[in-house]
Amino acid sequence: MENIVEIRNLSKKYDGFSLEDVNFSLPKGCIMGFVGENGAGKSTTIKLMLNLIRRDSGEISIFGLDNSKHDHQIKEDIGIVFDGSNFHDNMTPTDINKVMKNIYKNWEDAKFYSYLEKFNLPLKKIVKEFSRGMNMKLSIAVALSHHAKLLILDEATSGLDPIVRDEILDVFLDFIQDEEHSIFISTHILSDLEKIADYITFIHKGKIVFSEPKDNLLYNYGILKCSNADFEKINKKIIIGSRKSQFGVEALVKRGNLKGDYTIDNASIEDIMLFQIRGESK
Amino acid sequence: MDIIISNASGKPIYEQITSQIKNLILTGELKEGDALPSMRLLAKELRISVITTKRAYGDLEREGFVESVTGKGSFVSCKKEDFIREEHLRITETYLQKAIDTAKVSGIPLDELIEMITLLYKGDE
Repeated sequence: MENIVEIRNLSKKYDGFSLEDVNFSLPKGCIMGFVGENGAGKSTTIKLMLNLIRRDSGEISIFGLDNSKHDHQIKEDIGIVFDGSNFHDNMTPTDINKVMKNIYKNWEDAKFYSYLEKFNLPLKKIVKEFSRGMNMKLSIAVALSHHAKLLILDEATSGLDPIVRDEILDVFLDFIQDEEHSIFISTHILSDLEKIADYITFIHKGKIVFSEPKDNLLYNYGILKCSNADFEKINKKIIIGSRKSQFGVEALVKRGNLKGDYTIDNASIEDIMLFQIRGESK
Repeated sequence: MDIIISNASGKPIYEQITSQIKNLILTGELKEGDALPSMRLLAKELRISVITTKRAYGDLEREGFVESVTGKGSFVSCKKEDFIREEHLRITETYLQKAIDTAKVSGIPLDELIEMITLLYKGDE
């Protein structure tokens, strides 16, 4: 499978925070969930991908091109949605259509209006009067109306009600029906993502903890539940992270590593994240 | 054609898909040459990852239930009786193993177990 995004040894240092040696790639036709706690480096990575800030070292290629050398060309084919309002308060969707027409070569009026209709957005109302959900839908309509091949969303779906999230999810799934398209979505809300994402990349304190197909994560990891006494008998090397209580232990393990008759529950992506971090701090 | 995915089921999603498609083939609801939905469409409709549907279709293909034609999609391959029999044999074996394991816990002897199976088997007729 060809990669639409490839990031190699990417680093960026700030005072008090640094992104270190980030590596991952997003294949064509896939959805990648980019997860991590607040301040883990998600937005920094996205800004670097979009060439909004300068990297210290490493390589970023998008559509097979270096992102800083072919900045303009690449951005024609990317749809971007940031958190919050992305447009001037006093603009109406009709105004936005006019502006965007001049920005993107491939802007398609009809497509934009069809999304507005689909999302029930008023044409003449100013953005200031839009609700959060409406704003987000407007941004997504813009991102999808210039024949983008890659959709990048930074915390875009957090804080939306379940009904709006569901509508948006449907739009994403439609978008991905074309095998040339990919979606990169950063978030800390995992519920929706868990269902549709093909890959999960987990960043923690500026470092990538893992970047794997979601199915591998879900099938390979499990939550071991056992008594404190049993836990002592298990080789600690295979324990990724654990939570002890007076009445027993829960621990994240790779299923293949644990031989014997134990109770192992399915681990959610959230469990895997939490226990990884827990394991690190012990 | 219906495929129901349950999150409460302990089975991985790709297995839920393969076993349900197999059942549809076994019961004749899906016939030889019938087209299966595209992997992307199935993923979209069920709201699961494309990788999951790919894996399910890959497994079905390997086991001979489905044939993929590049650029055209996946189709139910000619129904092979022995395939179906083997599949059923495998399922029966799994259940029997469970029954035996349970029996062993309470020390139920083999002849009693055989007697029980014979009785149940004949009771159906």
